[in-house]
Amino acid sequence: MSEHVTSITTYLVIFFALLVLTGVTVGVAYVDLGPLNDVVAMAIAVFKASLVVLFFMHVKNSRRMTKITVVSSLFWLLILFGLTLSDYWTRGFLG
Amino acid sequence: MSESVDTFGRRLHYLNADFGVKSWLLTRDHKRIALLYLISITIFFALGGLMAVGIRLELATPQGDLVQPDTYNRLFTMHGVLMIFFFLIPSIPAVLGNFLIPLMIGAKDLAFPKLNLASWYIYNIAGFFTLWAVAQGGVDTGWTFYTPYSTTYSNSYVIATALGVFISGFSSILTAVNFIVTIHRMRAPGLTWFRLPLFIWAHYATSLVIILGTPVIAVTILMVAAERLLHIGIFDPALGGDPVLFQHLFWFYSHPAVYIMILPSMGVVSELIAAFTRKRIFGYKFIAGASVAIAVLGFLVWGHHMFLSSQSVYAGMVFSVLSMLVAVPSAIKVFNWIATMYKGSVSWDTPMLYAMGFIGLFTIGGLTGVMLATLGIDIHVHDTYFVVAHFHYVMVGGAIMGYLGGLHFWWPKMTGRLYPVFWSKFAAIIIFVGFNLTFFPQFLLGYLGMPRRYHVYPADFQVLNVMSSAGATVLGVGYLIPLVYFVWSMRYGKRADRNPWGAIGLEWNTGSPPPQHNFHEIPTVDWDAYGYLPDTPAGTGESWGIAVPTQRQDRTQDDG
Ligand code: HEM
Ligand SMILES: [Cu+2]
Repeated sequence: MSEHVTSITTYLVIFFALLVLTGVTVGVAYVDLGPLNDVVAMAIAVFKASLVVLFFMHVKNSRRMTKITVVSSLFWLLILFGLTLSDYWTRGFLG
Repeated sequence: MSESVDTFGRRLHYLNADFGVKSWLLTRDHKRIALLYLISITIFFALGGLMAVGIRLELATPQGDLVQPDTYNRLFTMHGVLMIFFFLIPSIPAVLGNFLIPLMIGAKDLAFPKLNLASWYIYNIAGFFTLWAVAQGGVDTGWTFYTPYSTTYSNSYVIATALGVFISGFSSILTAVNFIVTIHRMRAPGLTWFRLPLFIWAHYATSLVIILGTPVIAVTILMVAAERLLHIGIFDPALGGDPVLFQHLFWFYSHPAVYIMILPSMGVVSELIAAFTRKRIFGYKFIAGASVAIAVLGFLVWGHHMFLSSQSVYAGMVFSVLSMLVAVPSAIKVFNWIATMYKGSVSWDTPMLYAMGFIGLFTIGGLTGVMLATLGIDIHVHDTYFVVAHFHYVMVGGAIMGYLGGLHFWWPKMTGRLYPVFWSKFAAIIIFVGFNLTFFPQFLLGYLGMPRRYHVYPADFQVLNVMSSAGATVLGVGYLIPLVYFVWSMRYGKRADRNPWGAIGLEWNTGSPPPQHNFHEIPTVDWDAYGYLPDTPAGTGESWGIAVPTQRQDRTQDDG
């Protein structure tokens, strides 16, 4: 097991990036992008969450096992959403 | 191997190494925690059983003459909640798994002994919370808590009960994390994955299901509470929510939860079949893989509970096909167990009787599950007693049979005492008969159209209902007998030697009861599980007072 020490600078850069992205989210809320409104907000949120998971939660420099765990839990979330949407998206098919 | 003894020359083990209430309530020994769990879940089983008595008494006559409709709703709800969340889910993992996993893999304890104790406390807090809700007047939504009834209309103690379930989830998660880490990191030298007993594989798969599923039910319960208390619109159409979303989230956990109940039981059955046929399990890798396959596929089928919920027919078709797939690994296990018995030296000891009960009843339960997963049939029998019979065949006929079989198998190991052979076989048969008398008529009732969750029914259904209520009485007596002789045996039972069944497995290589730290020296393993070869020397088996030959192949004619 290798102990990786993340430098303070990295933390600060990430923290700053998160602040900026929060600002962007707020800013974008004032611009009407039509159907893209939700997409953009979610994309930024996902990006921010990834930064937190990778750097603040140290997944980036973790062992393979930890990475597999993270990826498989995301995959499970996909199952939950995917099969649920398989219901909602096909309800209209019968007319 | 050196045994430690106390000043009177008595053998020291985990039960007598320490005395007093504190030594139990603050213990970090997985074996003691397993016994604490055993006591707790037995109490909840008895309470849940009491509610069932109320239900079956009411249904003995077509009229609603014993309890009010409202009371009846509360009875079946509390029965379901207590039995599922407070008995079946923890039963095998928290008692047998807790006790045996470290012993079977040659470890001194679980990876996180303090978390293990914490999980027991959390479980009890959750239980008291739920019992408090019962004392206040109970809850009437059914164990499924369907919205919008649960969030908007029910005037019973929904939040209190749901929080009880929520809290109990944390105890499951802690147990599961503990098992996974223990199985990964604490196996004895040489004990590779494919040398592990199938009991361990089953618990590993179960732990994965618990960890992946339980957070979802927890969040769902919180959303129910948020809607009920704060009127945040999630499930209630009047608030802009969608009630069917609740069913998706609920069953995303609760279908896998049925595998949390059955997988450990399958693990027990694998051990029993090997020990009482004196053979290596046929298709070891297939059974191990089937456990993992069930754990994964179990997450893809939840929509089969929702065929008539306004779920789209296309989703229904997908869920129907996927549900049939999950029957494949279950069938693989059943076939492999039967193949193991073929030409084995079968002995019909009490645990084996339960294993046979499991195979027969689980097969009926599983096959009726496949019937229910068929869209056309389900339209006819959805929400009828057919469904009730189906899930009792798998949960009571399957999961509880495995639990009792396991308790009878490892009881000498856990307590160092033997129970009366005659009474234990007698009880096993009574339970089997009582079970079928209770639940088989329910298949017929459901098929004839009797809906579930009503306290009155047309007079035509009375004969079958009386049979069912009569069977429940027999079943109840059957469950009381082991309770009596197990308690009796702790004081008066004959002493067990380290391996009363002549079984193979690391847990049988240490004393009964095991020493405080399980093994005096950590074993090194260079053999596969279930090495029941004709020329391996058997355990003595003497302690049962029956003549057990020392060579395994001689057991062919032995029925002891
Ligand atoms: C062989 C695989 C199985 C299949 C294909 C299957 C299929 C089904 C289906 C389609 C239903 C819904 C029926 C309806 O409401 O109309 C159902 C209900 C149920 N099944 Fe199974 N099942 C299987 C195994 C199990 C197992 C192993 C257990 C438990 C250990 C179990 C427990 C339940 C429960 C508790 C319900 C009823 C839930 C409720 O509405 O209260 N099933 N099953
Ligand atoms: Cu299901």
